[in-house]
Amino acid sequence: MDFLAYFGDVFTPINFGLLLIGTIGGLLLGATPGLSPTMAVALLIPFTFKLEPAQGLILLGAAYTSTVAGGAVSAILLKIPGAPANIATTLDGHTMAKKGQGARALQLSFLASAVGGVFGVLLLIFLTPVLAQWALAFGPSHLFWLAILGVTVIGTLDSSSVVKGLLSGCIGLWLATVGFDDIMGAQRFIFHDAVSGGINVIPALIGLFAIPQVIGMFAKGRRSLDAEILTVERHPISMAFGEVFSRLRALSIGTITGSVIGLIPGVGGQIAGLVAYDQSKKMSPERDKFGTGHSEGVIAAESANNAMVGPSLVPLLTLSIPGSPTAAVLLGGLLIHGIFPGSDLFDNHPDVAWTFINSMLIGQILMCIFGLYIAGLAARVAQVPNAVMAAVVLGLAVFGSYSVQHSMGDVYVMATLGTGMYFLERFGFSAAPLVLGLILGPIAEANFVQGSMIANATSSIGSYFFTGPLNLVLIAIVVASVGYSVWQELRHRRLSAQEKVMAKKDAIT
Amino acid sequence: MTDLPRTQHIVASGLVAAVGVSVAYVSFTREPAAAFLFPRIISTVFVVLALLTFGKALLGKTRVGTGLDREAMINIAPGLAVSLIFVFWAAHALGFYTASTIAFFVLLSLYDPAPHGELKSWIKRILITAGFLVVMYGLFARLLSVFTPREIFF
Repeated sequence: MDFLAYFGDVFTPINFGLLLIGTIGGLLLGATPGLSPTMAVALLIPFTFKLEPAQGLILLGAAYTSTVAGGAVSAILLKIPGAPANIATTLDGHTMAKKGQGARALQLSFLASAVGGVFGVLLLIFLTPVLAQWALAFGPSHLFWLAILGVTVIGTLDSSSVVKGLLSGCIGLWLATVGFDDIMGAQRFIFHDAVSGGINVIPALIGLFAIPQVIGMFAKGRRSLDAEILTVERHPISMAFGEVFSRLRALSIGTITGSVIGLIPGVGGQIAGLVAYDQSKKMSPERDKFGTGHSEGVIAAESANNAMVGPSLVPLLTLSIPGSPTAAVLLGGLLIHGIFPGSDLFDNHPDVAWTFINSMLIGQILMCIFGLYIAGLAARVAQVPNAVMAAVVLGLAVFGSYSVQHSMGDVYVMATLGTGMYFLERFGFSAAPLVLGLILGPIAEANFVQGSMIANATSSIGSYFFTGPLNLVLIAIVVASVGYSVWQELRHRRLSAQEKVMAKKDAIT
Repeated sequence: MTDLPRTQHIVASGLVAAVGVSVAYVSFTREPAAAFLFPRIISTVFVVLALLTFGKALLGKTRVGTGLDREAMINIAPGLAVSLIFVFWAAHALGFYTASTIAFFVLLSLYDPAPHGELKSWIKRILITAGFLVVMYGLFARLLSVFTPREIFF
């Protein structure tokens, strides 16, 4: 119950003010199609340099929580999901809005998000300290395999091609080795002065997540957003309250599915929302109503995508392994303040850890309150033209990257990585494993070198890294995630081939 | 798969494979060997996966990634050119605020769907650009005290 001791810290004027700014700003950014939660959090990192570590994390955590929920506004009112996590919400949410029940859909969405979100953060509160203590038993070989596991799982599960996902992870691991070697001081891959000190993670994150979206907006040309904003009629909040809690099946399916999926590294909110929607539909006696503006669809999808937020931080705060791209960005926010996650965080900086986690709990409630009131404004923000959005994000990316170390080299790295990533994404490569590789690369290498030294002194490298129950379990998970993804890819390919044959037969007959 | 995406896939995966081979070459030829031990392991996996991707692209078996169509390329070109000039030259040569204001206005003019022939839409663009400058200056110069290159202008 350590967390209770730090609850008051959330309510100091500065901390609470930052929580409000992060929540309201996140809701508006989340509602803007094309601005992903990860990008929003990455662009906010430079604003945390001057803040205390806990304050910086409060701002980033609030933005993460509310961008996921804010995406429901444009999903419901514009039929454009603000983030991939809100795809399932459009299925019933927009249909409800078209029937003149936009306010009801928004209220159900924010209330369900708050219930799912609070449950997810409670899971984070009770699981994290236990796992952090357990992580103390991890040696260099285990930490090496954990880092490889982080890259592999995201590379395989988060990508549409296993080979390209793993290749993206390899590129990230290689980029992490650029600069001077920590032990021998040898120069490695320094092909330009801008990278003589290595690749700084923050400009790299900003570039990899923001610039592809800027170029993506350029690709749409002078096209205007032709989506029509549906009007929001008044709807009593008490009725929405009653309805959310009367749909307990959908609410619990969404909350539990989201929490479990959040704990699995690499599986994001998009999957959580879609799986919860699908399961809720299968288990509902009113399954025929799904897709026609049924409240259970909105409740299941939104409770799931916010329930995954808290658990997605468990691997980060316990093992220093970010389970998602947004968690990777939050890790960047921790590292710039010299704080390393894991048991060190809870033993030496409990004020930072618990104030941050508690703020996420309060943030869920604030997100619900403000979400209900600023949904109309958020929908207007969602209609900001691409031209303005692209130019603003580019400006923030340049200024933000420069402000990290007052170095033009960082700006060049940001622009080069971002431009390269846009083109790589067009060919099936993915930013998430690349970022994980870049962040986990130093952890993997440091533990590999340390493990090799121990192995040379005691046994052989092979037996040190490939024997022992924990090593074997971690290796088995790496192999299983690759194997499962390959099997899924082959199955998907076979099914689409069968569908093509059937379509051809139909065309002939 | 049509010819355009297929050629694009070959070029893209060929470039990635070339980077992989270069990384492997540097890793296996540079000394001290201990400093390059981890890069050697990474680059070996990198090369294997990159050649696999390149081989699939050559055989036309790439199934993921749509490539870029002509319309997207034409749309991207001016914006990307302005952005790269801004980042790699103008930001340092003209000063951050001047360069970002010019880049913002040019990008807005290029991609804003409002008609170019109306005075009203130009006034709107100028006002939005001025608002952007004020916000960026307030956030970075005042709030975060970031001293950006000012050079010949503001």
